Amino acid sequence: MKDKTRADDPPLLRRRIIRELNYNGQLYILLLPAILYFLVFCYFPMYGVQIAFKNFNPVLGIRGSKFVGLKHFIRFFNSYQFSVIIKNTLILSLYNIFAGFPIAIVLAIIINQIKGRRLKSFLQTVAFAPHFISIPAMVGIIIIMLAPDTGILYKLISYVIGKDPGVILGNPKVFSSIYVWSGIWQNMGWESIIYTAVLTSINPELYEAADIDGAGKFRKILSIDLPALMPTAITMLILNCGKMLSVGFEKVFLMQNSMNLSASEVISTYVYKVGLAGADFSYSTAINLFNSVINLIVLIAVNHFAKRTSEVSLW
Amino acid sequence: MRESKGDKAFNITINFLVVVLIVLLVYPLYFVMIASFSNPDLTNEGKVWIVPKEFNFDGYKALFEDSRLWVGYRNTIIYTISGTLINLFCTLPAAYALSRKKFLGKRLIYNFMLFTMFFSGGLIPTYLLIKQLGFLDSIWALILPNAVSIWNLIIAKTYFRENIPEELADAAFIDGCSHFKFFLCIVLPLSSVIIIAVTLFYAVSHWNGFFNALIYISSQEKIPLQLFLRDILIQQQNVSVSPEVADTLRYTANLVQYAMIVVSSAPIIILYVFLQKYFVKGIMIGSVKG
Repeated sequence: MKDKTRADDPPLLRRRIIRELNYNGQLYILLLPAILYFLVFCYFPMYGVQIAFKNFNPVLGIRGSKFVGLKHFIRFFNSYQFSVIIKNTLILSLYNIFAGFPIAIVLAIIINQIKGRRLKSFLQTVAFAPHFISIPAMVGIIIIMLAPDTGILYKLISYVIGKDPGVILGNPKVFSSIYVWSGIWQNMGWESIIYTAVLTSINPELYEAADIDGAGKFRKILSIDLPALMPTAITMLILNCGKMLSVGFEKVFLMQNSMNLSASEVISTYVYKVGLAGADFSYSTAINLFNSVINLIVLIAVNHFAKRTSEVSLW
Repeated sequence: MRESKGDKAFNITINFLVVVLIVLLVYPLYFVMIASFSNPDLTNEGKVWIVPKEFNFDGYKALFEDSRLWVGYRNTIIYTISGTLINLFCTLPAAYALSRKKFLGKRLIYNFMLFTMFFSGGLIPTYLLIKQLGFLDSIWALILPNAVSIWNLIIAKTYFRENIPEELADAAFIDGCSHFKFFLCIVLPLSSVIIIAVTLFYAVSHWNGFFNALIYISSQEKIPLQLFLRDILIQQQNVSVSPEVADTLRYTANLVQYAMIVVSSAPIIILYVFLQKYFVKGIMIGSVKG
């Protein structure tokens, strides 16, 4: 009996291993389309980043072009555009983070406080809807509403300030506000979903205990809701900071005009203009690389900081 | 339970805020809609507030007579359907594989994918690649460069991991089922919620997509709706209705802009309202994982 199993064991084991490999082998095939995608469309462009250190010549190709070291980076740092672009980019993105982030949290708290289920789901539906409007349509709405003399918001603003505000979208001073607040209008509902999810998962016993202690509703928000939201809020903040220098191209590009350019030229639009409109491939790639590296450094730094102070981190 | 004075004041504040929020969120969209049916001269004078004034379809008529709208619509539908199919083909199998407990190289492959969230080659190297592949001014430039969104991959992966128990897989494998068969016959039918959510996310991004078309598409007959929208709304091109009088031109131009916003956004907004629970479900799953 004992001998028999022993004799059977090795082939059985081998068969098992082969079968295991067969099954898991299929996993690699299932992964193949995605891996191919990442290799071709994400990693190959990373390989192409080397043209930032070369004078790219289409005839010579990526590898054959002449190496010039940090020339393009130095050119960018010394260009008169450099400080303006960095300043504009930082203003838009920091303004956006620090105005949008608390509003999403407040919205989630408000939604969570609504008693009627109907009203609650109605507000949610309404709050998410603007998220689905495309950026060209969104910018179109902004342009129409701010149009001098005819726009509805233009009229409201002239009424409030008591004088003609001029071409509002051409005013560099208010560009960042238009950009940020239209963005908040569009995305606050969507960004609040995460916080709403956290709030609905809070253990109701905590509220009951707070009731016994005589806590009012506002007190409960301060002592239960906000602490519960903190870890998620910090994670979101880290992720947002990691995109500090990546102000989305589409919206800024579409909102740009010759009058507001001094406030609306950001890294991504400049990269586009230099690279595709100006065909200065290497210079454009260098600026983009500078942008990505700073983003990566900020992400790592913020993550490190968050880990040390609050034990919440991405990795 | 009796409410204290403070709580009463608090409830009133909340209700007030809710009303303000709803008005702020709805009114801009509502205004665009009523303006698209009103006499634009009255709209421009600020006389259209609550209901359309001098109700008419002139804007829509002018818009529908412009062949570019139909070309844009047709192209966008083609790009959305084919793009989403490619997205699903690349995302769902990979998400299933990554949701399995253990196999050689899983961690490495996952990190290989996650890294692209934090670093990318950027505009020009990607453009050169598309050019090299011969995809310029073709549908491939719109549907391949974003074939997998990491976000959607994570959502699907999380769902599969939490809803398809490893024991079920083990039992199936003992009966001689393979990963292919298990994925197709058991995982997919059990995951309709997440498949719909991911499909919707991808479809919306194709429908609203603008950047790739701006960069890669040059022929007029291939432009998607969003580029046409940009031409009408932002570059303020006139529709090709061949009017003789400049005044009529201005009259329709204003109206067409409102109509254009409605016509391009309505399908997505309607889709969203009816399938809202899937969108929310999807993002909830994503948020759990972060």
